[in-house]
Amino acid sequence: MSARAPLSPNPSPPGGEGSALDAASPPPAGGRDRERGSTATTPPLLEVRGLTKHFPIRAGAIVEREVARVRAVDDVSFTVARGETLGLVGESGCGKSTTGRLVLRLIEPTAGTILFDGEDVTGLEGAALRRLRRSMQIVFQDPYGALNPRMTVEEIVVEPLVVQGGTTRADMGREARRLMDLVGLPAAHVTRHPHEFSGGQRQRIGIARAIACRPRFVVCDEAVSALDVSVQAQIVNLLQDLQKELGLSYLFIAHDLAVVRHISDRVAVMYLGNLVEVADKRTLYTAPRHPYPQALLAAVPVAHPRLRRTRPRLTGEVPSPLDPPPGCRFHRRCSLAEDVCRTEVPALRDLAPGHAVACHFAERTGGPPPAAA
Amino acid sequence: MSAADLAGRPGLLARLTPGPAVRRLLRNRAFVAGLLLFGTVAILALLAPWISPTDPNRMAVRFRFREPSWDFPFGTDNLGRNMVSRVLWGGRLSLEIGLWVVMLNAVFGVVLGAAAGYFRRLDGPLMRIADALMAFPAVLLAIGIAAALGPSVATVVIALSVVYVPRTARVLRASVMVVREQDYVQAARAAGAGDGRILFRHILPNCMAPLIVQLSFVFAYAILSEAVLSFLGLGAAPTTPSWGILIAEGRSYIREAAWLTVVPGVAIATTVLGLNLLGDGLRDVLDPRLKVDA
Repeated sequence: MSARAPLSPNPSPPGGEGSALDAASPPPAGGRDRERGSTATTPPLLEVRGLTKHFPIRAGAIVEREVARVRAVDDVSFTVARGETLGLVGESGCGKSTTGRLVLRLIEPTAGTILFDGEDVTGLEGAALRRLRRSMQIVFQDPYGALNPRMTVEEIVVEPLVVQGGTTRADMGREARRLMDLVGLPAAHVTRHPHEFSGGQRQRIGIARAIACRPRFVVCDEAVSALDVSVQAQIVNLLQDLQKELGLSYLFIAHDLAVVRHISDRVAVMYLGNLVEVADKRTLYTAPRHPYPQALLAAVPVAHPRLRRTRPRLTGEVPSPLDPPPGCRFHRRCSLAEDVCRTEVPALRDLAPGHAVACHFAERTGGPPPAAA
Repeated sequence: MSAADLAGRPGLLARLTPGPAVRRLLRNRAFVAGLLLFGTVAILALLAPWISPTDPNRMAVRFRFREPSWDFPFGTDNLGRNMVSRVLWGGRLSLEIGLWVVMLNAVFGVVLGAAAGYFRRLDGPLMRIADALMAFPAVLLAIGIAAALGPSVATVVIALSVVYVPRTARVLRASVMVVREQDYVQAARAAGAGDGRILFRHILPNCMAPLIVQLSFVFAYAILSEAVLSFLGLGAAPTTPSWGILIAEGRSYIREAAWLTVVPGVAIATTVLGLNLLGDGLRDVLDPRLKVDA
């Protein structure tokens, strides 16, 4: 492993760094250069190749042996560009959160490679892994479980700095107040405990902790799913403001299509451990090509009774990841399924630059966008 | 975790006992009743050297087998020794043994329980050993160990610790396994925290409630089991009166001088009842889900 600048201590100095990073990565609307294909010139901030996680199920009283495996994440590949937000959507249990945790090296992948800033971080350990953690952080779903009830807010938000070292005690108090200010909480409240805050405020504390060591990449794991709609909007806006100010890239994991549409530049759709479609937001929401996102979008309630749905609704249940169907994992719920879908796994292939679909019949599935989009 | 990191933090006690919990405890009737019962016994035993009327071993043959009276509220025994003194001093020894067992449980129960709950690889082996120890009836195991080691105070403490540490470790393991999966533990790991910091800063402070409850029950059972061991002659040397020894000595005269067994018996019952009420109250307030079966 080489001593690359991004992984060296304090990769991004405070203050004006945010704007410098912004300039380096163009705003989402005109950002063609971070689409797939042009990644050879500037490596994406994060690249994931063939990421796989199988959880073994063990049984046996004395000698344990593996009796089954949950295929939580299977051969997932994607990239996240600098300053970009990649939305990751899918039903509960499809492997979204596992993917997020794999990327952060909180759980060990069964197979696959994680490249951060062009460097393979899949096998990092010890001090090198700790240095990497400075650059990648996470915001959790449950604002109640994410904060240690025995610690004060100051102890919580500066913990990454304490663990990473290099910050004096006096600086930490100042840092804590600065972070509180950044996330829109009164700096004087640093001495309080988590139970004295509301859900939205707790989520802000969790965000303050995530940005404490000035990371460049943050996984937002259902970061707004547990909040009231009005609070959701505030937190989403806060995340967007911080992204601009600090030049952050997000992997935004959610099941709420509307929120993902609001915050993401590109969106990846996951089904039963596989990515089924990756596209920029506009394409995915107006002209999805995989039957699964098509059906998902059709399932969004429509405000007007005359805007009847033209696409089939999802029927049946998500199959168990313990025993995923052979071939295309979606074929049992798919209206287009033919024999090939039952035997052959469709690869995620580029339909157009920046638009990848894993469906044997992706060319056929075009047509009018779903009414809800 | 560095030394600088440890300094300048709020005290450990302040961190373990938040204000609202204490206030809720004082509103819990079982806890307050238990505290009063156990507190009275503990204070009397503690003050034994100053408040007992005579030396517990001072014999007075003239006053053998005196019934409880104004002069001898708890009567005298076969050698004319004042039972008030003997019960007070006996309480010191019984409580001391209980306290030792509690401390050993706090140390080994926490170490083993945390190891089993946190490090998955240690869980299987440690818990199988615990299963084996818990397969014996508690008192039978203690009798076996005490008999093997020979009668002394240390023997009793070791025997009772071997019996109760696996139970405490179990309780702690269960709560460690719950807390280990909390998001704030994941967050600490994502920040780069090592196992030591995660265990001592995040997991163990959040496992204290069930531990405190468990230890209050261990205290009660230790006192009870000590009495059983002493009664069987496996306890401390008979010249040192513990409550169990007093009962054992009084047994021979139970028809003629029932007070010799009744008085220490009531002392044990009061203490154990107090500790159990205390533990129930603690459990209701700190950890309603926990049901201890020690």
